[in-house]
Amino acid sequence: MGLTQITLGFAPLLDSAVLIAAQEQGFAEAEGLVLKLVRETSWANIRDRVAIGHFDAAHMLGPMPLSANLGLTPLDAPLIAPMALGLGGNAITVSNDLWAAMVAFGAPAGGSAKGTGLAMQRVIADRAEKGLPRLRFGVVHRESGHNYELRYWLAASGVDPDRDIEIMVVPPSFQPDALASRRTDAYCVGEPWGSVAVARGIGRIVTTKSAIWRLSPEKVLGTRVQWANRYPEQLAALIRTLTRAARWCGDPDNMPALAKIMSRDDRLGLPSELLLRPLSGKLLFGPEDEHQVDEFFVPFLRAANFPWISHAMWFYSQMVRWGQVEHTPENAAKARASYRPDLFRAAMAGQGIAVPSANAKIEGALTEPTMVGAAGATLTLGPDGFFDGMQFDLDHLDEYIASQKR
Amino acid sequence: MPDALSILVIDDNAIRASIIEAGLREAGHDRVRVIVDVEDVDAQIGAIGPDVVIIDLENPNRDVLEHFFSLSRSLKRPIAMFVDKADLSSIEAAVDAGVSAYVVDGLRKDRVKPILDMAILRFRAFSRMQDELEAARSELQGRKVVDKAKGILMQSRGISEDEAYALLRTTAMNQNRKIAEIAQSVVTAAELLGP
Repeated sequence: MGLTQITLGFAPLLDSAVLIAAQEQGFAEAEGLVLKLVRETSWANIRDRVAIGHFDAAHMLGPMPLSANLGLTPLDAPLIAPMALGLGGNAITVSNDLWAAMVAFGAPAGGSAKGTGLAMQRVIADRAEKGLPRLRFGVVHRESGHNYELRYWLAASGVDPDRDIEIMVVPPSFQPDALASRRTDAYCVGEPWGSVAVARGIGRIVTTKSAIWRLSPEKVLGTRVQWANRYPEQLAALIRTLTRAARWCGDPDNMPALAKIMSRDDRLGLPSELLLRPLSGKLLFGPEDEHQVDEFFVPFLRAANFPWISHAMWFYSQMVRWGQVEHTPENAAKARASYRPDLFRAAMAGQGIAVPSANAKIEGALTEPTMVGAAGATLTLGPDGFFDGMQFDLDHLDEYIASQKR
Repeated sequence: MPDALSILVIDDNAIRASIIEAGLREAGHDRVRVIVDVEDVDAQIGAIGPDVVIIDLENPNRDVLEHFFSLSRSLKRPIAMFVDKADLSSIEAAVDAGVSAYVVDGLRKDRVKPILDMAILRFRAFSRMQDELEAARSELQGRKVVDKAKGILMQSRGISEDEAYALLRTTAMNQNRKIAEIAQSVVTAAELLGP
């Protein structure tokens, strides 16, 4: 029997793990697929090459299908996310100088989003008082989880990210260099690019995505609506392949092997020891300062592959919050249709892997691990709190958006 | 006559950038700037204020550019990618060639299309040139290996150069492989067996 080739684009980041494992560990062949992975250097390239059909699907920033459907991108090709590629995986890194200033204002070493946020706010207020230039923060893309979680963290700590600081876009692998050459003072990026700065001795990880919003959405599998409609069987087989690969990635016993295959030159091209730390959550925040970060990057457990509508809509609420789109019923409907839990559920039916029964949940409502309704097996979700104790309930979208208006 | 377009070429490959620049100048565009070192690219673009930006697709700074453009959109200077969002064939041709362009919104298509077409042609020509260079290099490499293999055969079997070459060629034909490949295995074997 012939195998069907599927071409996937990816960016060299920790959460490309699922795609790499799927190709490497035989999960694709079991579904009758052969995966061709193409490494890309910019999210713009990934988006464009999916849009014109060079790639069947790709590793994508979670908000990217929304921004394509909301007309924020240069090409008009409707995109969807039929599955997610994991939860968490990002960190906020600051220069050594900025860290010293934060410590002077009481920053804790353990990665608490609240404590470090407060110290950051004080540093920023102090600089403003002294007439020093605004701090510059790097993110990887305007419509990215990184941009939104950085802004969320700062705003909840009393900083106006549009007025009090500068946010600039820097490609992930260029972030350490930008920090070293003082073009930026801090950055929020997917691993391993925070760990790279620590290893080079030029920065410190102060907090993580998991501390700002535990078990929060990050990358998705993105594809054209047109492709999904034309090849539903291939898409379902791809979803099954990637979900099984994600389960393999999430098993601690497999992490050393995973780090090794990801370290290859045509994948991430970085030493496997450097990749193993963020995979296992044993991050070095500074030289010889290891912290065990629970659920730092979750590729499979906690329904990490399920494309929650509530995740899509939280991204939408932040696009509105920061003036990228106007909140209208039409735009909200487009955002909602960008994530397709129905496709995930259909593909995973009868596979013995737990799939949530609901399409949305109240984000931030679970304070401890909780069993939920699921098909296929038992499923535990959460804890999924935001560090400031807020909740996002899709049924109260208008109120949430109004509450964040400045 | 409309104002001359200001064109910015961003490419970390200096040779390719200069080929594009030359093409644009030949076509009568004299307001052409090239950025090779992409550090701080956003600040430089701000200073230049181009009407058209041509950038290689492998350039990771495309995300930086798009962010910059989205900021200028709020300054009522909208910029769209390529000539026309709906012009998929032209977008495909550009992406296939490895080039992308950003254009100030509202520019007439007939003014921009020739620029993009030229960039596509030159990008293609450049990659063809690269391929030819690569082919020439590997051919040279192949010839060196064949010479070495001939030497090894001449010495170990006490045959003439012509006979050594004939031996390589016959073996290659029998095994349906290239002479250079057979030569490479002779050289590798000789290295393994040692002096």
